[in-house]
Amino acid sequence: MDLTTITYLIVGLTFALYIGIAIAARAGTTSEFYVAGKGVNPILNGMATAADWMSAASFISLAGLIAFNGYDASAYLMGWTGGYVLLALLLAPYLRKFGKFTVPEFIGDRFYSKAARIIAVICLIVASITYVIGQMKGVGVAFSRFLDVGYDTGLFVGMFIVFFYAVLGGMKGITYTQIAQYVVLIFAYTVPAVFISLQITDNPLPQLGLGSSVADGTPLLAKLDQVLVEIGFAEYTIQEGSTLNMMALTLSLMIGTAGLPHVIVRFFTVPKVKDARSSAGWALVFIAILYTTAPAVGAMSFFNLINTIQPGETGQTESNLVYEERPEWFKKWETTGLLQFEDKNGDGRVQYYNDKNADFAETAKEYGWNGNELVKVDRDIMVLANPEIANLPNWVVALVVAGGLAAALSTAAGLLLAISSSISHDLLKGVFRPGISEKNELRAARVSMGVAILIAGYLGMNPPGFAAQVVALAFGLAASSIFPALMMGIFNKRMNSQGAIVGMLVGLLSTLIYIFVFKGWFFVPGTNTLPNTPDNWLFGIQPEAFGAVGALLNFGSAWLVSKVTAPPPAHIQALVEDIRVPRGAGAGSGH
Amino acid sequence: MKSAQDYWQANITILSKCLVVWFVCSYGFGILLVEQLNAISIGGYQLGFWFAQQGSIYVFLILIFYYVKRMNRLDREFDVDEE
Repeated sequence: MDLTTITYLIVGLTFALYIGIAIAARAGTTSEFYVAGKGVNPILNGMATAADWMSAASFISLAGLIAFNGYDASAYLMGWTGGYVLLALLLAPYLRKFGKFTVPEFIGDRFYSKAARIIAVICLIVASITYVIGQMKGVGVAFSRFLDVGYDTGLFVGMFIVFFYAVLGGMKGITYTQIAQYVVLIFAYTVPAVFISLQITDNPLPQLGLGSSVADGTPLLAKLDQVLVEIGFAEYTIQEGSTLNMMALTLSLMIGTAGLPHVIVRFFTVPKVKDARSSAGWALVFIAILYTTAPAVGAMSFFNLINTIQPGETGQTESNLVYEERPEWFKKWETTGLLQFEDKNGDGRVQYYNDKNADFAETAKEYGWNGNELVKVDRDIMVLANPEIANLPNWVVALVVAGGLAAALSTAAGLLLAISSSISHDLLKGVFRPGISEKNELRAARVSMGVAILIAGYLGMNPPGFAAQVVALAFGLAASSIFPALMMGIFNKRMNSQGAIVGMLVGLLSTLIYIFVFKGWFFVPGTNTLPNTPDNWLFGIQPEAFGAVGALLNFGSAWLVSKVTAPPPAHIQALVEDIRVPRGAGAGSGH
Repeated sequence: MKSAQDYWQANITILSKCLVVWFVCSYGFGILLVEQLNAISIGGYQLGFWFAQQGSIYVFLILIFYYVKRMNRLDREFDVDEE
């Protein structure tokens, strides 16, 4: 069978599986939508959380970023896993004890204020929409390659399927569907990684393969360092960016993880407080399987890419790939527009090197190179192209496409649910129209889902970065607005509504404005106030990392304001005392 | 009868210790001390690079399960566990 047929078959089968599960699970639990996860044990809940959480950014984008940034991309690895420690230790057990079902609901009750609840909804929507843009980028890349069309067409197909899927998945059985999606995505990620690790290092475990040697006996990482230096880049394992920026990015991603509403919600509905703690642990187990594999995928795919483009020694005329003899995957990715070649020196061969390195310019000239000829290599194609570059069997290639779609769909569905429930449940029913009928509440949820997809799709046509970077912006927004409010609500009994409101506004606005200044206002391309380069960044902190600063401003301003205003009423202080003790959590308060 | 205050204090102590380990293994070994640690090689890995891309994740896992176990014990000691 040819690749296209197999891909259709495998993608079709997995979709049929999800839809089947969604329908079957829906029939079982007709009434309680919110407590769907309640009867689920911590291990399965952890698996569903992992699928919910690992998105196109983790599956499609992460390894590509590692491939091209080497050590510097470690911030993404540590940031997106270390946040679970914060979740398990600082938030999950207490929010479970509190026993409500949305994040704005907790903030509204704890800070005894409708205004606080509305602001929390706004923070949630801003962070979630940004997150969905990142997913749309990933879906667009996957579909463009899968259907052999341009990126924009792929994106439109993706938008349609995400909408259809979210409305369907928005029914009760989402937890079980996500368990199936986890299995598909982790299988799709690790199978090619094992193959490639065996090919390159003879070690079947990618985690160990990354530390093993290639055919000529040199360790893989040392080999990469050597090859990169030869073509004018910095070494793979050495830090290039500033230490402060890397710390800020890691911190921003960590506390963003602990502040993202669609993940937090999962811990509201486990049976017990102690399950909330261990659920976070199990989620991280399932996430770590992918996250410890990703560095190997990144390094090995990059190694393969370079060896394909330049099979011989650096600088020899015969060393580089003849464009007319380029492999099939190269042509396919050219169709999508995400890989572009330009024969700058007219020799009919492909030269890839760092033409921005002034020290290397002289050497390049000696080699007869006239600029980097791979004028565009979108980082997000690396994971999808990886099995083809390594000449793996077609079914593996098809599996990876199915895995990428599973990752993007499960997260997009979770996020769209979080957005629509915050609008219909928190804003309409909770604040503006308490008497709204259930039917109208549901209609509002669907409409807001549709609007969110349209906005995200429109902005996804010219995304403000690679999928993982866009998602990192979303984490920064969650980090600066929601996490501090939740944490102070639990750990600072003296924190009052004024403090929390000022804190959330300061955190959200400072981060959002900083991002807009460099990435374009409302993410519209070309409207940025300052060029997005390290010289212009405040203290050298990139927009993706500013959430850490925003969170500090949030904590600081909230603390100051709470000092000069009245303490919260006695019953609120008693509430805080109560959520700190596990006993009496009950079976998740009914709604 | 031990008080809720003492329980909370004990929780904060355990939590702080865990967060110190969390910080040292990621920000410390993975970022701040990475160059010094890279002088040590284990197999084909430089140690600092290993912490940044592998080791810190394993430490996070161990930390969460340690905290779960320790807190379950604490809940029983202070008689605040569920059921």
